[in-house]
Amino acid sequence: MSESNPEARSEPTADVARQADSSVVARLIRATEIDTRMLGMLGALLLIWIAFHVFSDGRFLTPRNLWNLSVQTSSVAIMSTGMVLIIVTRHIDLSVGSILGFVAMIMGVTQTAMLPNLLGADSGLIWVLTLLVGLIIGAAIGAVHGYVIAYLSVPAFIVTLGGLLIWRGAAWWVTSGQTVAPMDPSFRLMGGGPYGSIGAFWSWIVAAIACLAIIFLILNGRRNRARFNFPLRPIWAEVTLSVIGCATVLGAVAVANSYPWPKGIVNRYAAANNIDVPEAGLFISHGIAIPVLIAICVGVVMTFIATRTRFGRYVFAMGGNPEAAELAGINTRWVTMKIFILMGMLCAIAAAISTARLNASTNAQGTLDELLVIAAAVIGGTSLSGGIGTIVGAMIGALVMQSLQSGMVLLGVDAPFQNVVVGLVLVLAVWLDGIYRRRSVR
Amino acid sequence: MNQHVHASKVVEMENCSISFGGIQAVDHASLDLHEGEVVALLGHNGAGKSTFIKLLSGAYKRDGGVIRIRGEEARIANPRDAKSYGIETIYQTLALADNVDTAANLFLGRELRTAWGTLDDVAMEARAREVMGRLNPRFQRFKEPVKALSGGQRQSVAIARAILFNARILIMDEPTAALGPQETAQVGELIKQLKDDGISIFLISHDIEDVFDLADRVAVMKNGQIVGTAPVHAVTRDEVLGMIILGKCPASATPGPGAMDN
Repeated sequence: MSESNPEARSEPTADVARQADSSVVARLIRATEIDTRMLGMLGALLLIWIAFHVFSDGRFLTPRNLWNLSVQTSSVAIMSTGMVLIIVTRHIDLSVGSILGFVAMIMGVTQTAMLPNLLGADSGLIWVLTLLVGLIIGAAIGAVHGYVIAYLSVPAFIVTLGGLLIWRGAAWWVTSGQTVAPMDPSFRLMGGGPYGSIGAFWSWIVAAIACLAIIFLILNGRRNRARFNFPLRPIWAEVTLSVIGCATVLGAVAVANSYPWPKGIVNRYAAANNIDVPEAGLFISHGIAIPVLIAICVGVVMTFIATRTRFGRYVFAMGGNPEAAELAGINTRWVTMKIFILMGMLCAIAAAISTARLNASTNAQGTLDELLVIAAAVIGGTSLSGGIGTIVGAMIGALVMQSLQSGMVLLGVDAPFQNVVVGLVLVLAVWLDGIYRRRSVR
Repeated sequence: MNQHVHASKVVEMENCSISFGGIQAVDHASLDLHEGEVVALLGHNGAGKSTFIKLLSGAYKRDGGVIRIRGEEARIANPRDAKSYGIETIYQTLALADNVDTAANLFLGRELRTAWGTLDDVAMEARAREVMGRLNPRFQRFKEPVKALSGGQRQSVAIARAILFNARILIMDEPTAALGPQETAQVGELIKQLKDDGISIFLISHDIEDVFDLADRVAVMKNGQIVGTAPVHAVTRDEVLGMIILGKCPASATPGPGAMDN
């Protein structure tokens, strides 16, 4: 069929005209093909940070606060990556906080009561096996939810609302409401803290790998485009992208490395390892916290799943048009079930981090997390009507939510009022996003 | 089954039925399709044409009846089964995932993958450019979600998807419903071209003007039943209209169970 749309036909000339009178910034955005929505969100994040920094008399943008912020964000960020896939397929999961609570309890009991009896209290396997048990339980819970939703056709809202109550109750039932503590020392490394960080040297190694990966991805993308004669980005745009990407990574690592261990821990560490502490004190960097590293790995893996695999392609196609996906021969029920299994496993990873950080499993762990996770995904650009969303967006959304919360704690805002602000921001963000989307659709 | 008798029959649908709740949407309908033949399936809106043909495309599972492909009984329970028999369908609704781009839609459910098992987007886009270039040479908007395309462009994506995988049997459900006169003429050209390539086509329409020049045979449905079938040259437009509206089967046509008793 021919192109009968006159607007489209005149596109090349319109493009040239637009390019000529656009500003440097607009040209940069066009040439680098950066998503303007993502740029807006990063702008908002920066604005929030600067505002808190100013109002807290310079206490927000400090290595210590940013490092803590990164650790606090990990758990919700990890779960938000799974929530993206769920919301993209027009479902919802209200049970993630309760699943986290239940799995945390199971993992707490596994590593304090069960495995030490089997393997001995000092076994190095305890943390691995505990995590494995958690992942299996999480996957099983997700599979049950997914099965009921996909094969028995009960709406996800109802199934996971039931799950919210069931797993919170089940968490209580594991120990009759008692808190389980303390955790296995190796397991606790997943929660961050001075020992749960990888230190300056390894942080720089991670940064170097990340920079190489950025450059490799850009080069690889360019080579693929060239292979099939697709339009290439101008060289200066590619270079700008690489420089910005690498600078961000190096900057973040520099911040993490400039946050030293507290004096008490340094002294204890020095005493234990026979190191002399000089007069001025010993500077030992935290570096990247292990939970943050886990979250980054989860983000990379989930992005890969969402964009590079068949499963990810099906998830988005189902979100765009469930009937079309079905008619294209996709086994939509099985894909739905897999999404919920994945969500359960992500809850287990988040539960491990949260348990390790608290050094305890408590009955109320993860309460209201489902709302933070959904809010993170939605602020991050996941459309509740399905088909649209990115993993990176949701993780940045989680960072925005956590920045607001920890910023308000820093300012001494009362807890009830914090919730008011978070609620308002959520509604505002979705409203602005709606306006943006209506404008950008032609 | 006697293979010899059915040698040139690509599709035979025999006594196929389906009901939804208490409504018998398709009632013991039989129809066949020969190699390289275009059969137009006509009838009012709600006559059961689309439902009948969806039994062949696998979108619905029939309650009763037999489908034979090249003389052998076919098991068609879902769209995947149908595709494995080389049956491709262009649905009236187009069945496109609006939020992904052209290449993703063309290969939906049959993605090309790299040696590592990941999606080979570059290869898929290259193939998409090739096939779209044949159908619609001026089409350039490969990077955009199909939501942003015009009606004609979306239609060409749906058609491209059907012919991309070497279909032998093509079902086109109201393929020109969303198109202007010029684009409709182009679809007509395409159908002739596909027919010359030996592809057998079911063409479904509620408008005889759309199909009269293209089809070798017409079949008419009314109230879920086949009124009759006839070679196009043996019947006039008025007679076909009589079949559609009244269910009156002319002498030159083969009457079906839905034909009005005289």
